[in-house]
Amino acid sequence: MLDARIPSGPIEQKWDRCRYEMKLVNPANRSKHSIIVVGAGLAGAAAAATLGRQGYQVHCFSYHDTPRRAHSIAAQGGINAAKNYRNDGDSTSRLFKDTVKGGDFRSREANVYRLAQVSVNIIDQCVAQGVPFAREYGGLLDNRSFGGVQVERTFYARGQTGQQLLLGAYQALEEQIAAGAVTVHIRTELVDIVIVNGRARGIVTRDLVTGEIECHAADCVVLATGGYSNVFYLSTNAKASNCTAIWRAHRRGALFANPCFTQIHPTCIPLSSEHQSKLTLMSESLRNDGRVWVPRKKDDTRAPNDIPESDRDYYLENRYPSFGNLVPRDVASRNAKEVCDEGRGVGPHGQGVYLDFADAIRRLSLETVREKYGNLFDIYERITGDDAYKAPMRIYPAPHYTMGGLWVDYHLMTTLPGLFAGGEANFSDHGANRLGASALMQGLADGYFILPSTVPDYIAANPLDPVSLSHPAFADAKAEVRQRIGALLAIKGKRTPDSFHRELGRLMWDECGMARSEGGLQEALARIPGLRDEFWHNLSLVGENDELNQSLEKANRIADYLELAELMCTDALLRGESCGGHFRVESQTPDGEAKRDDANYCYTAAWEWKGAGNAPSLYQESLTFEHVPLSQRSYK
Amino acid sequence: MTFKLRIWRQQRADIRGAFQTYEVADITPDMSFLEMMDVLNEDLLSRKEAPVAFDHDCREGICGSCGFLINGVAHGGQRATTVCQLAMRFFRDGDTLTLEPWRARAFPVIRDLVVNRSAFDRIIQAGGFISAPTGSAPDANSTLVPREAADTAFDAAACIGCGACVAACPNAAAMLFTSAKITHLNSLPQGQPQRDQRTLGMVVAMKNELFGSCTNHGECEAVCPKQIPLEFIGKMNRDLMEALWHRHREPLVIPGVAQLPSAEHHHEAHDNV
Repeated sequence: MLDARIPSGPIEQKWDRCRYEMKLVNPANRSKHSIIVVGAGLAGAAAAATLGRQGYQVHCFSYHDTPRRAHSIAAQGGINAAKNYRNDGDSTSRLFKDTVKGGDFRSREANVYRLAQVSVNIIDQCVAQGVPFAREYGGLLDNRSFGGVQVERTFYARGQTGQQLLLGAYQALEEQIAAGAVTVHIRTELVDIVIVNGRARGIVTRDLVTGEIECHAADCVVLATGGYSNVFYLSTNAKASNCTAIWRAHRRGALFANPCFTQIHPTCIPLSSEHQSKLTLMSESLRNDGRVWVPRKKDDTRAPNDIPESDRDYYLENRYPSFGNLVPRDVASRNAKEVCDEGRGVGPHGQGVYLDFADAIRRLSLETVREKYGNLFDIYERITGDDAYKAPMRIYPAPHYTMGGLWVDYHLMTTLPGLFAGGEANFSDHGANRLGASALMQGLADGYFILPSTVPDYIAANPLDPVSLSHPAFADAKAEVRQRIGALLAIKGKRTPDSFHRELGRLMWDECGMARSEGGLQEALARIPGLRDEFWHNLSLVGENDELNQSLEKANRIADYLELAELMCTDALLRGESCGGHFRVESQTPDGEAKRDDANYCYTAAWEWKGAGNAPSLYQESLTFEHVPLSQRSYK
Repeated sequence: MTFKLRIWRQQRADIRGAFQTYEVADITPDMSFLEMMDVLNEDLLSRKEAPVAFDHDCREGICGSCGFLINGVAHGGQRATTVCQLAMRFFRDGDTLTLEPWRARAFPVIRDLVVNRSAFDRIIQAGGFISAPTGSAPDANSTLVPREAADTAFDAAACIGCGACVAACPNAAAMLFTSAKITHLNSLPQGQPQRDQRTLGMVVAMKNELFGSCTNHGECEAVCPKQIPLEFIGKMNRDLMEALWHRHREPLVIPGVAQLPSAEHHHEAHDNV
C-alpha cells in the first residue's frame, strides 16, 4: 500500500530525475486549474505565492486575521543551508548526513538529500526578497553554528529569523493577492476535507467571525497547517496552533506517520504558575555561549552565584566532551530531566537547570554578549523579572515541534490522492528528532521548491473532471460539520474547554513526554477514552455558532486532540525502542543513552483511521540506509 | 492581587458597545496580562456568560495578534512590550484597569477587543514587497549589503503589524507602520528597482484606507512594542519627495490602487488632447 514514489538512480540525481519525469501544465492553461492551500506559514505562504506566480488560481486559508501571523514567525535561531560560505567543510552531503544522523535514522534518505540540495536555493530566494539576514562588515552574509552541528551553516536575522522569513513569504503572497493570482481567506478555519471519487477535491471551512460553514472546491488541496505540540496544552506553540486540519484529513483516509515523534526543546523558561498558558522558548543559540549546570548536591538552596565551581556539575560538558553544551535537542532535554529527577533541579519547583553566561561575559565582554543575545535576555527579564546578565538563566525542556505528521510520499502527497502536506504538517524529513534551524529550511523547501513542482505534476498527470459544489460529497461533509458543531454547543455541561485541554496535556506530558514506559502508556490509553467521553458529555460552552466564538473554536480543536492523543500513545507503545525524541525507559544503553533497535523498528509507522473507538491499522514503510550507515549516535 | 476591570463589550460590529465592570482575584504577579484575561474568561464561562473576545496567539510578543488599550495606553505602557508579555507585576494590587479595542476608523471593531486590521495588508499589497519570483534569485552573496543598511533594514523589519501605532496616534495615522516597511525594503540594494513605485503606492494606499496623517506627536514610537523609531516617517517623506521628483514627467499607474490627484490631472490633460 505504501509507495513512497522515490525515483530510481543515484541519490544525487533523484530530484533532478523526478522533475524531469514530471508532467507539465502549459502556462496558458494554468489559470484553468485551482489549488487550495490551507495555512499561511512558511510552507503555505511560500507555496501559495509560488503557485500563484506560476499562473494557477490559488485559494489560501488562514484562521488568523492576516497571513503574517502564522507561528513560523516565532522561530528564533536560524535556517540551515549547505552554502559552505565559511569554507569549514560543509557540503550538501554533510548537511544530508547530519540531518539523517540527527534524526536518529528514522527519516527517508532520498527526502533528506533533496532537502539539503534545495537548502542553498532557499537562502538565495530569501535574500532576493529582502530578508535582512545578519551580515559581515564587508556586506557578505554571516553564519553561525547552531544546535549540535560542527560547521557554521546557519543563516540568521538576530533572534527573529522566523519572523523575517515569514514576512518575506507573506510579502510575496500579498504581491500575488494584489495581482489577483491568489485569493486569501482570513479568519477562516478548515473543518473538513472533501473527497470526490477517491480524490481530495475541496474543503469545508468555518468563518470565525460569522460562523458560516462554507465549501470550497479545487483540483487539489495542500495542507500546510503545522504541528500538534499543543496536544500537551503547555508548549512553545502559539495558542491557536492545532491538529484539526491534519486530523480531519486522517479521518478521511490519509495515513498519519510516527505520531509519537515529538520534540521537547531543551531551552525554555520554566513553568512558574498553574495559570500559565504557554511556555516560552529561549533560542538554543544561547547554548553556543551559555554553560548548562546544576548543583552537585541534591536540594542545594544556595543562590547560583554563591555556589562555588567545585559544587557545580556542568553535566553536558562532563558527559559529552566533544559536543558539550551543543548536543542535539533530545539529548540535552533528557539530561535536564534526569538531573531534575535526581533532585538537583533548581528554581521554585525544582524543574529547571541553569544556563550560565558568566564565562561568556568574561571571555567576550558584556557588550558582545548583549549584542548577540540582548533580545533574548530582555524576553527572559520581562517574563521572569530576573536579570540574566547578573545571575544564570533557569531553563527547562518544553514541547516544541512534532516530527510526526501526515504520511507523504516523495512528492509530498498523502495517501489520499490530491491531498498534499508540507512543512511541519507532514512527517517527511526529520525522522525521530529535528536538528536546530532545520524547520525553517524544511518549511521553505516544501513551499518554494518541492510543492510547486509536484502539485502541477499531479494536476497534469491526472484526469481531474470539474467538480461543482453541488456534488453530494460537499453537502454531506457540510452536514457532518454542522452536526458536530451543533453537538458541541448542545452539551451544556459544566467544564470549560481549557479544563479538558489542561487535563489531557498533563496526562500526555507525564506519560507520553520526555520518557515513556509501557505501563505509563497503557495507563494513558486507559484514561484518554474516559476523558474524551466526559468532554462530549460535560463540556460547557456559551454563545452560538453564528458569531465570533473563541471557546467554540477551542472546543472544536480539543475534540481532535482527544483522538490524536490516543494515536500518539498507541504509536509510542508499539515502538519499543528509544530513538531521537522518543525515549522508552525500557530501551537504554548501560550508561542511560537512547538505545535504538534497528532489527525491529527500522520503519516509519503509518496509521490508518478505523473509526472512533476502533484500533487503527498499522502500515510500515521500511527504511534503508545506503549512504549514511546505521550507527548508534554518539556525542561523547 | 485583585483587579477591577472595565472592559469594552460589543457583540458585533453593528451592535452598540458599552463598558462592563468585572473583578478578578487570586492574580499572581508572574501572570501575563492575557493569563489574567484567561482567568476572567474561565470565570465568565463557568457563570454561563460570554467570555471577552481578544486576539492573541504566540504570547511571545512576535506574532502581532494581541493588543488593546489599557487605561488609554496601547499595550499597557511597559516599554517595548505587547500585552501578552506584560506581567501583572507591572500593575498595583487593587488597580482599576480600563480595556478598550484599538480605536480607529480604519480598524472597525469585530467583537469586544477584536478589530479588523486588514487595511495593513492592503497597504503591503500596494508595494510592500520585492518582486522575486521563486527560482529567479542569484546567489545570495552576489548582492553585498553594507552592514549599516542591513541593520537599518532589520530595525524597520522588526515591525509586527499589531496596530498599536495607529491606536496611539491622535490622528489614527498608519505612518509608523507604513514607513517601517518602506524603510526596510528601500534600505536594501535588492529594494532599489521598485523603490519609487513602492513608496508612492504604499503612501496612496495608506490614504485610501482612511488613516490620518502624522503631526509629529510621537505617541506611536512610545507605544511601539518593537521600538520602531519616528525617524522612519521622516525617511518615508524624503523617499516620497524623491519618488515624486523622479516621476514628475509621467503619470504613475499602480495596479489596484486609486491614483494620486496629480496623476488624475495628467490623465485628464491627455483626454483633452
